[in-house]
Amino acid sequence: MLRLVVRRLLQLIPTLLGLSVLLFLWLDRLPGGPASAILGEKATEAEVARINRALGLDQPVYVQYWRFLKRIVELDLGTSTQTGQPVWDEFVLRFPATVELSLLAILIAVAVGVPLGYFAARNRGGWLDVTAVSGSLVGICIPVFFLALILKGIFAVQLGIFPSYGRQDTGINATDVTGFAVLDGILTGEFDASWDAIMHLILPAVALASIPLAVIVRMTRASVLEVQDEDYVRTAEAKGLKRSVVRSRHVLRNAMLPVVTAVGLLTGSLLSGAVLTESVFSFGGIGSFIRTAIDGRDYPVLVGFIMFIAMVYVLINLLVDLAYSLIDPRVRVH
Amino acid sequence: MSVATKTDKIQRLAELTATKETSTGASLWREAFRRLKSSKMAIIGAVIIAVFVVIAVVGPYLTPYAPTAQTWRGEVFPNQGKFVGPRGENWFGLDHLGRDMFSRMLVGARQTLLVGVVSTLIGLVAGFLIGGLSGAAATLGGEAGKRVDSVIMRFIDMMLALPSLLLAVSVAAVMGQSLTTVMIAVGVVQVPVFARLLRGSMLAQGGADYVLAAQSLGVRKRRIVTSQIVPNSLSPVIVQATLSLATAIIEAAALSYLGLGNPDPAIPEWGVMLAQAQRFFDNAPMMAVYPAVGIIITALGFTLLGEAMREALDPKLRG
Amino acid sequence: MRIFKTRAARAITAAVAVGLIATGCASERDSDNESGGKKDTFVFAGAGDPGSLDPALASDGETFRVTRQAFEALLEHESGGTKLVGGLAETWSSNDAGTVWTFNLRKGVKFHDGEAFNAAAVCANYDHWFNWKGTYQSSAVSYYWQTIMGGFAKNEDPETPEANYKSCTAKDENTAVIEVKQPSANLPGGFSLNALAIHSPKAIKEYEKQEATAKGDAITYPKYSQEAGTVAGTGPYKIVKWNKGNKEVTLERFDDYWGEKAKIKNLVFRTIDTEEGRRQALQAGDIDGYDLVAPADVKTLEDQGYVVPTRGVFNLFYVGMSQSANPALKKKEVRQAIAQAIDKENLVKTQLPEGGKVADQFMPDTIEGYSKNVKQYPHDPAAAKALLKKAGAQNLTIEFCYPTEVTRPYMPAPQDLFELMKADLEKAGIKVKPKAMKWAPDYLDATEAGSCALHMLGWTGDFNDGYNFIGTWFAGFDKQWGFKDKKVFDAVNAGSKMGKAEERTAAYQKANEVIMDYLPGVPISSSPPAIAFGKNVNPPNVSPLTQEVFAEASFK
Repeated sequence: MLRLVVRRLLQLIPTLLGLSVLLFLWLDRLPGGPASAILGEKATEAEVARINRALGLDQPVYVQYWRFLKRIVELDLGTSTQTGQPVWDEFVLRFPATVELSLLAILIAVAVGVPLGYFAARNRGGWLDVTAVSGSLVGICIPVFFLALILKGIFAVQLGIFPSYGRQDTGINATDVTGFAVLDGILTGEFDASWDAIMHLILPAVALASIPLAVIVRMTRASVLEVQDEDYVRTAEAKGLKRSVVRSRHVLRNAMLPVVTAVGLLTGSLLSGAVLTESVFSFGGIGSFIRTAIDGRDYPVLVGFIMFIAMVYVLINLLVDLAYSLIDPRVRVH
Repeated sequence: MSVATKTDKIQRLAELTATKETSTGASLWREAFRRLKSSKMAIIGAVIIAVFVVIAVVGPYLTPYAPTAQTWRGEVFPNQGKFVGPRGENWFGLDHLGRDMFSRMLVGARQTLLVGVVSTLIGLVAGFLIGGLSGAAATLGGEAGKRVDSVIMRFIDMMLALPSLLLAVSVAAVMGQSLTTVMIAVGVVQVPVFARLLRGSMLAQGGADYVLAAQSLGVRKRRIVTSQIVPNSLSPVIVQATLSLATAIIEAAALSYLGLGNPDPAIPEWGVMLAQAQRFFDNAPMMAVYPAVGIIITALGFTLLGEAMREALDPKLRG
Repeated sequence: MRIFKTRAARAITAAVAVGLIATGCASERDSDNESGGKKDTFVFAGAGDPGSLDPALASDGETFRVTRQAFEALLEHESGGTKLVGGLAETWSSNDAGTVWTFNLRKGVKFHDGEAFNAAAVCANYDHWFNWKGTYQSSAVSYYWQTIMGGFAKNEDPETPEANYKSCTAKDENTAVIEVKQPSANLPGGFSLNALAIHSPKAIKEYEKQEATAKGDAITYPKYSQEAGTVAGTGPYKIVKWNKGNKEVTLERFDDYWGEKAKIKNLVFRTIDTEEGRRQALQAGDIDGYDLVAPADVKTLEDQGYVVPTRGVFNLFYVGMSQSANPALKKKEVRQAIAQAIDKENLVKTQLPEGGKVADQFMPDTIEGYSKNVKQYPHDPAAAKALLKKAGAQNLTIEFCYPTEVTRPYMPAPQDLFELMKADLEKAGIKVKPKAMKWAPDYLDATEAGSCALHMLGWTGDFNDGYNFIGTWFAGFDKQWGFKDKKVFDAVNAGSKMGKAEERTAAYQKANEVIMDYLPGVPISSSPPAIAFGKNVNPPNVSPLTQEVFAEASFK
């Protein structure tokens, strides 16, 4: 087990190094280079030279790269050109919101998607199956931002069931402990704050869940279809086990393996979606922050974000691998 | 789409041609095509695509009016929320600058198809090169080749993990805003998908009997790759390309929404039209609905056909 | 299956429990709000986050909207108008030359941190700004100080203008005297800027301990300006919290305020980036007001019963030309052709908010110095074509930049305005190469650097002096326009050094005539930007300068 962890971690190093080289080159390729990204096109040559000196850009490339790498390792991702605050601090500030949103979206996707996919497979060809399959196909074809706009228009503006934007109502004076609004409410006993935060989460989470939901429905369905024809399922049925037992122990559990992996690895798609949904709902997480960073060409933030996601992805990937090897003994052999 | 599903599906797709009766690739195709013909999904998808392509190709010659002409601009008052809906002259009504929506939708289809096809091609060609290189190294390059392959693949995996939108935005940031940028940005997102697909497919083929046979007969390695492995790895690539077209169209719309789309908004493209029209959603919802429905249906067409093709290739998945 | 059942049972129990707690809380919260009978929190949405809580470091409207409620300057504008009146100074006067300004300060004014306001406090502020060092001297940080007072005690960059500020002396407890080296058209108007609002001397001491840094990459604003606690002004509200994650700044009524106290206890500014988002939030009842209303929404909202007052006209929207970016623009006929090609009437009629006016010079007609005798360039595509032919520029291709993802009070829908003008120019036979750019920093940088041959920009006045308009653009060579014309520069500067307002007005009128004869660009329109409020709101007086004081607002 430990060997697996160590080996996986070692394997990551070249990947992250490669990514850092690419990012470094990308920053270098930006129109006019970093100096002009900082100063704008109106910069005089003297100013550019000054900044270049300040940034150490007059030194050889490998020295510059080394410094770039050192800063990343020290979690010094630079300063946001828009807010003037350290990029790392900005992420830490906004990350909880996006985590909450993503978790709820995944929760919705799993809670709805797995049963739907399962029953669709059990009744293959039935109306539920047809609806679930065509629904999930349509689901991945609707642009996320359009869905978010429609949801907001109907449920927030027309019906007024949910708030139309933001993370918390202004009337709620919630105590900030961890940055996770829902958790904070529970910790401090301000349950109304938790409830308020949940209400704010629902619409964006539903919009964000649309693609994972569609994916999970189809994966579950395909997986169940595959597993229920496996020999061990037939054996179990032949042994005379009750159908319900076969279904839950053999079919569902085995069919869940790929789905679990999928859920663990939806990070990338969720963060992409978060950029769009969070900006539709003015939800103060990383997504809407990245949106403004895109608008304002805030390169330190964008570079930092890519590096940040790479790290998050690496960690989640590692966890999923480990979890998998715990669940499925066959994996351990490798 | 998620990484895991992406990689899983890609892997699965990649292995298909190799695991079936390898020597008779042609008969596999024939059988797949037979199955495809009886699939409702495939037929609906194919019909949608056919209609879309016909509109994209012929449409611009059938437009009643020039799509960029602000012929009726005196009749539309965005500042007062006054718009013109469908009427005899203008079947879909007017847009916010007094242009004929119907003509714009027709011409927009071509732009949308262009963005989809070109960006998929970009992803395909670049992915093909990287994946081919990696696959060739792994199958035929010995220990060193395996190491090269593993480095490339780790990296490709990382690219798959990055939010595609951010990847696209990075490209747009370096290249400035233009239609070419949109196509390249959306294409770049597809590169790792195709690379992984081709490489996986080649690896699966690498172990196939006929490759071993060719090797033992003393056929040169490069020749094995180009004349045996690559052609046999193509079918999954075609399937993926169909699916990628759908993704590309949606992805391009998202870029337009983020304001990174075509800098000349006069040239109609569905993504840009949708992004513009959402401002007037309260007063003129149809202005947003036309392009949105266009995007959804087209993407659906490609998805349906692509999925049906995959299922036809992989009997286990048949529903 | 047994396990499954108990798990399910547990899950259901948990869900029910959560549901009960949740509904319990929800009702509790509702009764909380309603039992009071009166709402005591006013939520207003802007389009962007403020940059800092210290207005002296800012130059953007989103920041000033917040800081204006908490900080006051020596002078201010009358509520809802453009006339200068006393602020923290009850009266003021200057010598004839306009170089010595004497302020008789208001008595009994307290800062939010309990400090007393007096002449020493005023001077502490001005000297603090004057002695800024390092990154504070960057024009991105101290834009308004540099505009009004020039440079610093010790300029560190040769590009920084020379200081015009000389000294501030506390003549007695309630009299402050500020001396400048040269008379300037920016005074006394500049004394009203929120960027030059007076902070508590105790806070200033705290500020001075902190550095703004430019650590290679970008400017890091000092910590005090990024969180509530240190900053202290004299305004009717005090800033109590800035929750960046939730994009909101919370202010609370300052009970020791010297003037009429704020009517609503809590004031919250939130950020909702999109026009639709803000409108929908108002319609959903989530906010009590918002700014930068799309013209299309004004009528919709009014019909639905919302309060949508329109501000006075105090801005100018123009098409700028950079003669260095496209040498064809050096020919006057070409500039004139462009002016005659653009159908301003149509833009005003279909795009700008009701009450918008076609502009014929670089100043709205509400400003002292507007001239009725400027040369006119009526819309006439045929004439434009003829002019181009005369200039030998029949095949003119010109780059036209426009900003994306932004609305400005003078420019409600930049992309639409651009598309309409593009069609106009093409009708006159000019080929237009569109170039879309992000508003900040790309577009602003590019236009300032003069790399956009044609571009659209505008200006909302800071105070009622013509120089605040024409002086912004035509006081000397400016890369944005890329031309040198002594006649224009002299005419514009003639007024700026005159001490008397009437003399200045006459000089500005003359300057407008000279500018429009030269035609450096095309003034398009002046329009009254709207601001929207909830149905139950008595809005504050809306200000042509977009300087609303939210202490005036109340709930019905």
